[in-house]
Amino acid sequence: MEIFNDSPPSVLHAEFPGHFENLSDIAAFVRKAAVEAGLDDFSVYSVETAVDEACSNIIEHAYKGKQNGIITITCTIIPGELTVELHDTGKSFDPTRVPKPKLDVPLEERQDSGLGLYFINQLMDEVIFSFDKKFGNTLTLKKKASPLQPPDKQ
Amino acid sequence: MEISNSQFKHCDLITVVGRIDSATAPQFAEVFNSIMNEGRYKIVLDMEKIDFISSAGLRVLINSQKTCKRYNRGEVVLTNVPPNIFSALDLAGFTRLFKIFPDVLTAVGNF
Repeated sequence: MEIFNDSPPSVLHAEFPGHFENLSDIAAFVRKAAVEAGLDDFSVYSVETAVDEACSNIIEHAYKGKQNGIITITCTIIPGELTVELHDTGKSFDPTRVPKPKLDVPLEERQDSGLGLYFINQLMDEVIFSFDKKFGNTLTLKKKASPLQPPDKQ
Repeated sequence: MEISNSQFKHCDLITVVGRIDSATAPQFAEVFNSIMNEGRYKIVLDMEKIDFISSAGLRVLINSQKTCKRYNRGEVVLTNVPPNIFSALDLAGFTRLFKIFPDVLTAVGNF
């Protein structure tokens, strides 16, 4: 619906202290934005997952338990599309050095790490990491409404 | 997140309500660990009221499954899996590693 894309985007902005206890408030914030963007139910869940994984990584690795780290979240909404920008001022990392989890190995060989970044990459339409020594780290996630529905419970 | 467990004759049933994320995963792990530490390795997880599970929660599931299946002494099985969570489990390759039952009765009856 091209006509709707001519309307100006709506922008939601919030800051959260980087603590695991705030993950549920962060989830509620981005879920609201995803619903407002008109995303389907599984896309809303996908955004919640990607943002939760990214924020968990920021808290655990970028801020490493530092008590006063802030996560700044900006949601830009146009009908049928949501862009989420996550900003932190913690330690940067190289996403290309995180190994992709091996999903087809037997149970005993399954590693219990690496799924977070994998989820982010699989569930979002666009994933852009940028690291700047002066301004900090920004992760941009984009999700478009999908006409495809998730597979039904078997 | 609220979590409870009931002990049946042949297995344990864990029921979770709410979100399993990095904040709540330690409490989720604690319940699995307390059951396994008592030597019980047949566990049903009722997922009906779970709104969300992140990789922190999946880590608990995979590690518990490894412990339970060791020496063929039991396993973790899942039931009432909501569609969004099923898709996430499938994406993570977990649907091959866990039996999934349509309801609690069938899941408990499996043991």
